[in-house]
This record gives sequence, C-alpha cells and structure tokens, in this order.
Amino acid sequence: MLEIKNLRAKVGDKEILRGINLGVGAGEVHAIMGPNGSGKSTLAHVLSGRENYEVTAGEVIYNGKDLLAMSPEERAREGVFLAFQYPVEIPGVSTTYFLKAALNAVRKHHRLDELDAMEFLSVIKEKMKLVEMDQALINRPLNEGFSGGEKKRNEILQMAVMDPKLAILDETDSGLDIDALRIVAGGVNALRRDDRAMIVITHYQRLLNYIIPDFIHVLFDGRIVKSGAKELAFELESKGYDWIKNEAVLPQ
Amino acid sequence: MQAIESKEHYLSAFRRNQTTGAAGVPPWLNDLRESAIASFAALGFPTTRNEEWKYTSVDPIAALAFGRGNGQAKTLTADELLPLSFSDLSCNRLVFVNGVYVPQFSSLRELPEGVRVQSLAEAILGDDQILRPYLGRYARYQRETFVALNTAFMEDGAVVVVPEGCRLEEPIYLVFASIAGEMPIASHPRNLIVLRSGSEAKIVESYVGLGTGTYFANAVTELVGEENASVDHYRLQRETEKGFHIGTLEARVGRNCNCMAHAITLGGSLVRNDVHVVLDGAGSECVLNGLYLMEGKQHVDNHTEIEHVQPRATSLELYKGILSGSARGVFNGKIVVHKDAQKTDARQTNKNLLLSEGAMVNTKPQLEIHADDVKCSHGSTIGQLDGDGLFYLRSRGMGLEDAQSLLSYAFASDVVGRMRIPRMRARLDDFLLTKFGRK
Repeated sequence: MLEIKNLRAKVGDKEILRGINLGVGAGEVHAIMGPNGSGKSTLAHVLSGRENYEVTAGEVIYNGKDLLAMSPEERAREGVFLAFQYPVEIPGVSTTYFLKAALNAVRKHHRLDELDAMEFLSVIKEKMKLVEMDQALINRPLNEGFSGGEKKRNEILQMAVMDPKLAILDETDSGLDIDALRIVAGGVNALRRDDRAMIVITHYQRLLNYIIPDFIHVLFDGRIVKSGAKELAFELESKGYDWIKNEAVLPQ
Repeated sequence: MQAIESKEHYLSAFRRNQTTGAAGVPPWLNDLRESAIASFAALGFPTTRNEEWKYTSVDPIAALAFGRGNGQAKTLTADELLPLSFSDLSCNRLVFVNGVYVPQFSSLRELPEGVRVQSLAEAILGDDQILRPYLGRYARYQRETFVALNTAFMEDGAVVVVPEGCRLEEPIYLVFASIAGEMPIASHPRNLIVLRSGSEAKIVESYVGLGTGTYFANAVTELVGEENASVDHYRLQRETEKGFHIGTLEARVGRNCNCMAHAITLGGSLVRNDVHVVLDGAGSECVLNGLYLMEGKQHVDNHTEIEHVQPRATSLELYKGILSGSARGVFNGKIVVHKDAQKTDARQTNKNLLLSEGAMVNTKPQLEIHADDVKCSHGSTIGQLDGDGLFYLRSRGMGLEDAQSLLSYAFASDVVGRMRIPRMRARLDDFLLTKFGRK
C-alpha cells in the first residue's frame, strides 16, 4: 500500500529525514518509535502534505501513485488520514459541522451524493460509541476548550468517519491519562481491518501495550535504524533509546 | 467648506422645525433640543484631526443636504421587511420607516403587566413622565456632534420600560428601515430603554437599508439597567452601499446588573458605532461582543468605552472583524478604571481577519487605570487565515477554497454563537453561511 524510498526532507536548512525506507502493506500496523527530535512527527507531516517541509530526495508510492505530488486534500480523498498530535482548535464551528463538510468534500470527489444533516447524524452516531463521545461534545466548537483526552478521542472519531485506507497516528498517546488512553486505543483497535494500514507514531512503549503492532521501527536521527516484531518494544522499554543510539553510530 | 454649509443646513432646518412642528412638545424637551442644537453649532462636524475620528472622515455625510423622510413604504410589506431585519411576523416589534413609527408593521402581543413598549413620538405627545428623568441625561450631546444632532432632531424611536422584577421572555425587536430614493434622507431614531431593578429583557435594534438612494441613520439609544437587572442589547446593521450609519449606545449599569451589548455590522458605506458603558454599580457586569463584515469600499469604525466606576465590576469585550476588497476597519477600545473601582476585572480582545491585500484595519486599545487592585488585559490581532487551521481542514479532504470559506465562517460564527436569542442566532448563522459561500 505504501512504499517509502530513501525519503529525505528538511525544514529550512535543517535536514530532518535523512533517508527513510519503509514498506507498509494492507492490514498491517507499523509502530514508529524514537526519541524526541528523531524525525517522527516530520515523517507524519511529510506523508500528509504539510507545506513547511521540503522533500529533497526519495519518493513515496501510495497505492501505485506518487503521494508527494498530491495536495493534502487529494491525499485525504484518496484515503490517507493523519490523527494530529496537536489537533487545531477552531472556535465557531462544531465538530459535527466540520466533519460533515469534510466527509461531503470527500464524497463529492468520489462522485457520491452528499449527506444531509440527518444522514450524517446517523453515520456519526454509530462512530461516537467507539470512542465514547457524547452529542454535547460534538456540538461544541471544534476542539475549543477540549481536554487532551477529548481532543484525541475526537481525532479517532474523525478517523472512524473518514474511513481511511492508511491512517497515520501521530503521538496519539501524548497527554493522555490511562483511562483516556484505553478509550483511544480501543477505538483504534476497532478500526483495524484487513484492507487498512496504520502507522502508529509514539515516543513511549506504553501505547503499544494497547495497540499491538505487527512491526516496530526505531527512528533515530532521521533514519530507521532498527526494525523488528513487537518484542522490540519491550527491549526498548528496558534498555531505553541510548542503546539504539550506540548501535546507530556503528558503521553500517 | 462643505462642512460649514452643511452645518447651516442643519441649523436652518432646526429653526424651521421649531416654528412649524413644535406644537404639543413639552417645554423641557424644547429646552433640551435648543441646548443640543447650540452644542452642535459650537462643535461642528468632527475632522480627522480629532483623535476620536482620526481614521474616519465624515466628509461624505457633512457634504450632503439630507432631507426628511416619511413613514410611508408604498411598495413594502412587513413580510418583505422583517426577514431582512433578522426578525419575522411572530416577533414582538415596533417598526419604523425612515425614522417614523409604522403601526401596521408593528405588533405587540402578551406583554406582561406594566411593561411598556411604545413609540417615542407618542410618549412625547402625552408628555410622558418616564421621559424627562432619562432623555438626554446620559447621551453626551454636549460633546458629541452626532448625539447633539440626534437630540436636536429626535422625533421618534422606541421607549421600552420593564417594571421591577419582571422577566420578559420574548425579545423586543425595534426595526428601523431606511428607504431612500433620489433625494438623500436622514433619520434620527432615539430610543430609551429602562430596566427596573431585578428585571430581565432582550432588546434588538435592527437597522436595514432598502432602495437605491443615499441615506443617513443617526441613532442614539440610552439604556438604563438598575440594580440586579439583566439586559441583552443587540444592534444589527445591514445598511446598503449608500447607507451612512452613526449609532450611539449610552448604557448605565447598576449594582449587580448584567448587561450584554452586541454590535453586528453587516454592511454600509460608512458606519460608526459608539458604545459607552458606565459600570456604575458594585459587582456589575458587562459583555460587549462585536462583529463587522465589510467588503468593497465600505468603512466601519467601532469605538467602545467602558468605565469602571464602582468596585468589583467585570467587563469582557470581544470584537471581531472580517474585511475584504478595499474595506477599512477601525477599532478603538477604551477602558477607564476610576479610583474607587478596586477589584475591577476587564478583558478586551479585538481580532481582525483581512481577506485581501487592499483591506485595512486600525486597532487601538486604550487603558486608563486610576485604581491599584485591578486585572486588566487587552489584545489585538490582524492577519490572514491561520495556516494550521487550513492544513487541518485540508488534511480532512476539504479543498483550499472550501477550507478558507469554512475558517472565515467560523471566525464570524464565533461571535454570533454568543448571542442569546436562538431564533435570531439561527438567522444570522444562515446569513453567514450564505455570505461565506457555504450554502
């Protein structure tokens, strides 16, 4: 589904991604771990089309298409979804209104009929249960004054409604207490499917107790320096990232 | 030069009124008008050298010899007019056309006992005792040119009095339509709103322009909220490309009284809003919300002044504007904390969104603090749509234009969402959705 080849990207003069190679197949969940500043969030943003990053080399093929040539909205319409680390607060529109507008933009792109308010309500009602969101919350201005947990649950609600092929979860566990983490992870697990791939980006092993990945990759200094099965997370947990750092400086 | 000629125009019009139309006017009111025209004669029209009018030239108003309109609306029906004013046939309302009360467009149903809602002209004819203690007592005709003009020429408007402890469920709409043809016309609506202690009411003043001609609406409202009263005041302006509007709200807020005042400007060639709130009682509260949406060559100037006179009063102010084309906006927010007003809590925010290169805003907060135990804050922003917000929306599949329109709508809707009349809020929301291409 996704093939990242030798991807390099920079912000300003600073090169942050220094040759990423990663293949993600349908139905797979890949976790990307790494210390602060290793390039995890940059990778998420480059994949979703954020403009502040300049891709200097490499390519990303998504379902046979050149992902990097697509605008953020084209990527979303083709099934790429980014759950934000810091969801944006937008006073003045409710989650309901926003999400209906987004879903209809995508439906329109696929030449499907736009949903009216009632039809949309029945779609979202069902998805709200996944992340234990209530009607009052989704009628409030988007993310404004939401707690950390409410914002992240809202991201997963959006993911459920947008029904993506490839979901990228950027530090979805950050700022969550254990109850919120359990709800969010439960929502994500319920959305795992054979035809859907997920990239779960996290600093801590904790999230991976709840969302069990098929593969784990360790990102360090803009490169994937180690890949393995889910057991790798436990090794990281006990040894810390320093162990990886020491390995990473060895000649390749 | 033009300003001087125009001044003469008003002075001689005043003399004509006094000789022909003064019958039945109580002497105290005559005296009030006389002192108002005298202060107009002394003040003249403000120029941009006047600090309070630095960015707003009233030359286009001073240059024209406006005539008097009448209350006839030959081709108009209430059915057509009311939706433009964000009200409808089921609303309790007084309707004025070119400044004159039109009974057949108006309707008042089931007002609680003791509530008075009537036209000022009627109250003047009856030499109503309610008027004298209030009229001209708060509005500063001695120092404000347009308040002086209004006071000298006031004939009609609304008088609303809510008795002690009375809670008015239904809002009262005061609809002022300006309909001008070839001849430029002016009106000087004058409103008096008094909420006795412990009473509650929502009053909407809605100004709309129709027709193709030039007009000038120069409105003044004096609002008194006594102890423990709660009042929501809404001023909606939907003036035409050829409409001038200068509006003044003078509010006195008593002890533990809660006053919310909204100013929504949706159009007009030149619009100036002066809001002056005096928090004259301990523990009083005021919330000022403003929204201005201007396009083309429109000009809007919001001047607000909140005076904290007594201790423990709070004021919370949010004014937001969206300007496109070569529209111009001015925001001047003054907060004065008097020496006895300890424990004042005053917060002011002005946010501006510029959608084009040619649009421009001047924003200026002014704090004058004479007490030492107070919390005051202010902040203003001028800018384009937020990049993070745009990316967030695009990452959900919305195209750039769609995302821009949604964020502009959201920016404005944030203010409308704070209004406390659900039906009117829904109508305004509808207006915004259309305005920003979301319908």
